[in-house]
Amino acid sequence: MTDTTQKAALSRPPIITLSNAMPWIVATVFLALMPVIFPSNSAITIMNQMAITIIFALAYNMLLGQGGMLSFGHAVYMGVGGFVCVHVMNYVEDFGVPLPLPVLPLFGGLFGMGLALIVGSFSTRKAGTVFAMISLGVGELIAACSVIIVAFFGGEEGISGDRTYGLPVFGVEFLQQIDVYYLIAFWLLLSALLMYLFSRTPIGRMANAVRDNPERAEFLGYSARWVRFYSFVASGFFAGIAGGLFAINYEIVTEENLNLAQSGTILLITFLGGVGFFFGPILGAILFTLLQTVLSLQTELWALYLGALFVVTVMFFPGGLAGLIMMHTMPLKFGKLGSLVGPYLKTLVPGAIGILGLAAALEIVFHLRHAALGDSEMTLFWTTFDSHSVAPLAIAVIAAVGGFWLAKRAAPGMAEAYHAANTPRGGSV
Amino acid sequence: MRNTTRLGLSTALALVIGASSAFAENVKIAFIDPLSGPFASTGTNGLHQYEFAAEELVNKQGGVLGGDKFEIVAFDNKISPKESLIQLQVAIDQGIRYIAQGNSSGVANALTEAIDKHNKRNPDDRVLFLNYSAVDPALTNDKCNFWHFRFDANADIKMDALTDIIAKDDGIKKVYIIGQDYSFGKAVAAAAVKFLGEKRPDIEIVGNELHPIGKVKDFTPYARKIVSSGADAMITGNWGADMVGLGKSVLENGYTGPIYTYYAAADGITAAFGAAGDGSLRLVSEGQQNPPASERAENYVKAFKAKYPDGNVSQSRITNVIEMLAKAINEAGTATDVVKVGMALEGMEHDSLWGGKIFMRPQDHQAIQDVHIFAHTKVEYDYDNSGYGMLTESTVEMAAMDSPTTCKMKRP
Amino acid sequence: MDLILVNLIDGLVTGLLLFMLSAGLTLIFSMMGVLNFAHASFYMLGAYFAYQISLFLGFWVGLLVAPIIVGVAGAGVERYGLRRVHQYGHVPELIFTFGLALLIEEVVQFIWGKSQMAYEIPEVLEFTAFAIAGNSIPAYKIFMIFMSVAIFIVLLYVLTRTRVGMIIQAALSYPKTVEALGHNVPLVFMGVFGVGTALAGVAGVIAGPVLGTFPGMAIVLGSIVFVTIVIGGLGSLWGALVASLLIGWITTFAKSYNIEMANILTGIGISPPENMSESMFRDLWTVTSPQIADILPYILMVLILVFRPYGLFGKRDA
Repeated sequence: MTDTTQKAALSRPPIITLSNAMPWIVATVFLALMPVIFPSNSAITIMNQMAITIIFALAYNMLLGQGGMLSFGHAVYMGVGGFVCVHVMNYVEDFGVPLPLPVLPLFGGLFGMGLALIVGSFSTRKAGTVFAMISLGVGELIAACSVIIVAFFGGEEGISGDRTYGLPVFGVEFLQQIDVYYLIAFWLLLSALLMYLFSRTPIGRMANAVRDNPERAEFLGYSARWVRFYSFVASGFFAGIAGGLFAINYEIVTEENLNLAQSGTILLITFLGGVGFFFGPILGAILFTLLQTVLSLQTELWALYLGALFVVTVMFFPGGLAGLIMMHTMPLKFGKLGSLVGPYLKTLVPGAIGILGLAAALEIVFHLRHAALGDSEMTLFWTTFDSHSVAPLAIAVIAAVGGFWLAKRAAPGMAEAYHAANTPRGGSV
Repeated sequence: MRNTTRLGLSTALALVIGASSAFAENVKIAFIDPLSGPFASTGTNGLHQYEFAAEELVNKQGGVLGGDKFEIVAFDNKISPKESLIQLQVAIDQGIRYIAQGNSSGVANALTEAIDKHNKRNPDDRVLFLNYSAVDPALTNDKCNFWHFRFDANADIKMDALTDIIAKDDGIKKVYIIGQDYSFGKAVAAAAVKFLGEKRPDIEIVGNELHPIGKVKDFTPYARKIVSSGADAMITGNWGADMVGLGKSVLENGYTGPIYTYYAAADGITAAFGAAGDGSLRLVSEGQQNPPASERAENYVKAFKAKYPDGNVSQSRITNVIEMLAKAINEAGTATDVVKVGMALEGMEHDSLWGGKIFMRPQDHQAIQDVHIFAHTKVEYDYDNSGYGMLTESTVEMAAMDSPTTCKMKRP
Repeated sequence: MDLILVNLIDGLVTGLLLFMLSAGLTLIFSMMGVLNFAHASFYMLGAYFAYQISLFLGFWVGLLVAPIIVGVAGAGVERYGLRRVHQYGHVPELIFTFGLALLIEEVVQFIWGKSQMAYEIPEVLEFTAFAIAGNSIPAYKIFMIFMSVAIFIVLLYVLTRTRVGMIIQAALSYPKTVEALGHNVPLVFMGVFGVGTALAGVAGVIAGPVLGTFPGMAIVLGSIVFVTIVIGGLGSLWGALVASLLIGWITTFAKSYNIEMANILTGIGISPPENMSESMFRDLWTVTSPQIADILPYILMVLILVFRPYGLFGKRDA
């Protein structure tokens, strides 16, 4: 299912055409306009975080999606890139070396790549479980070292620097978040473009082949091991770039940047977004950052929802968000997208009500158990009520059960409509 | 497709940021601490203490500046420096001028540097950092700045007080020091070695070691070493699960001496030790509850327990933060010009709810106060509803009043 | 010298506990070919269920009932979760169990809160069995050793001596043939998964009172269990046993004896840098064995994977 669109892209020679360049132009304009729409510092901070996560997720997907290598320790390369950049930042400040800030992430990239060269030399010999376990072991080792080797990692306090050292670039001193935003946006576009182009090179395409069938790839004369190795090294480079940008944005890099939790998070992000498509991790990064920073302000149970969302995605939508969207290219081509709206609404609206009902029930129970004595008032979905009375909980449970029941009943109809929409006109209709 | 997601993002962002400036007359304090994840119980309990203190000690007394109320705005930092910096930015955007944080010196370190830089780069919306729990000595020494105020006694001060008590006990000949392998654990060990060397050079330090933080499953091997070293007393800076694991393990394996520690109370730890810790655990901390310092303090604890039956007044310094901030705002006559408020806080003397005086030392913004040694035993005002709590054994008044500092305070 | 004996016993307890977890995990791996990342989460569930039951019916009922509940839950996960994801391939399966581990931790926090539970050793066993040179060995530790050994013997007996065991072993290697002979292979898989997770549950019930019952208990133990079975050789029960004991003793001894890196380095002829506090390698010089005790298994695993990818006792590549 994931390969249909890629095949279409593969059959074309890689020449720059307007339709090729269009998404990138749109993205550029969009990135340029975003701070105009959201000028507040916190929005820009969140967007910066998003952009950094996007680069990291794309780099991670070079392994997971394109190369079929599951890594449990990829945060290490981003973290090391970040640490190197902070050290360079401090070195430049102390010794007055004329190094403009915008090229700093390059150091992160190079060191991320260097580490990937070393680790990849033995970890990419095998894919699958061996690769996953080595990545876990190396990740745990380096994360453990980060609290022991204080000289480089700064213990649990990390290493901090000041990005406003030395030279202003074209009069910009990077004092404000907005300056940093444009710097990050530039690197985001550049690295995304490079990673996209990498996936179009012979090596990038062989990575797909090795992922799907290493033996046949070997028979074609390609060494599966070296293909994996090149992908791994390239991925380490871009992860290091993301680390460098992190260092510039936050001016501090700590142990949390390379621990196992961070590695797990990026796996989660990439998978949520969808590993089968280039833009999948982008969606995942945006969605996750919003969930983490915005949802966590609204509810204490955000991690529970996130975990449930993740498990449901793996079970029912292994293509992730991007896979879900791309399932609709065929109906779009046949001009039948409109016919899907009705059945979708019939299933998804009750489904959404069911989910909200379930969430409401959880929130009420949580409030019931954790609120202060006498403080029984709670606000949910813009309504305020008494969490200790039975009615709200009953309503929530009824909404949940009823919603799911209706959705389940309408689901076959939706599947049918989807099938019909995937048949060309003149077929069955 | 990109457009639609961006649109979703925009509405979400607008929601967060738009939800802010509703109560312009309130003095808002951002509480940036873990409200989810493994340290959530500590963070949530701290938040309740803040909300309760603001309500009882300020708002019910008529507020500040003739009627403005204190409002605590909670931000979940998931105990991550990165998340803390994002939430700091969101808080500043909401017009908040006071940042309260306490859990983890790593986070405090990230925040104090970020706030220093922010205040330098944005003189129009400067903020103050009210550190109520992070005790890394560096924060009021090499890394000090004008915006940072620490209301807890730092690790060195506590160790100074602790070793005063140990020095008086002639029965102690051998001491074992063990801690978590990170800056705080190392700071505790270094301070212990230094002060013991000064005060009781005859005490032999039979062990001084670090273990990985939060990773040790079974403390038995460490306990064996401690028991077989023949130590009369042990000192540790461990907290959380590491404290419970270490403490229970040494007691189980035959250790009978005192365990001198910083954080072995509340958040389930007191309950986990229960009877086993009675007679062994000794805590160094500020703010006594047993016996209550005054009727007012007693009523305060009772009222808190009535509102939060599962909570503990475990960080009593929070009342000092709230009361001293209110005082400083009134003195400065403004809640928005934090430079004036900061100046008013400097050198302030305050009668604590928990007895004794608090002096905010102007050289380094370190609060000087009485430090107590508590025993874990059956008490009237317990922790974790376990019947056990902290009973004051001895007190060092205005601990480390004249201790040196390397801070070179730069005032705006 | 006495301390060595004490450490041997302590290491044995740690190792056997690890074995109870890794035995189930390695069984599940040899069956489904996938590492169950949520395995330690079932261990955590065992501890929490047992704690909840012990509040009402006491420790012993908990020891009996909690693993059964965990096993049923595990079987349910296989039937309704893994079997569905299986069609997508191995990587999604691994990711599924990873997500499940996150979810179980959150659910546990939702139900029991975030503090440590006061789950205690039963009073019958709360005495010192014997003491070696002042180091007391609690009776509970002896109980733990007996439990684990008993489980190992039962497991070995069932797998090699009974009809059910034969079918399981056959189903592991030739599922198609076994199915053609009229056996219900999916049921066998579900059963093995259930038993494997129930074993983890038993470990949780027993370890909960000693190592603490708190939401982080799965993560603390989580990855070390994979390390164990990778070192031992995936799918090998004997390998799991040997690797568990090896890890138990290595970490125990590394923690018990302060071996300093400085001594090793000078021992092999490297002289310490003249200005220690300025040196790049100052942290390397001050490392002691207790500091790195818990990461030694990871180093061992990486080395094993590089030089002998099928582990100590494994027959095939991971």
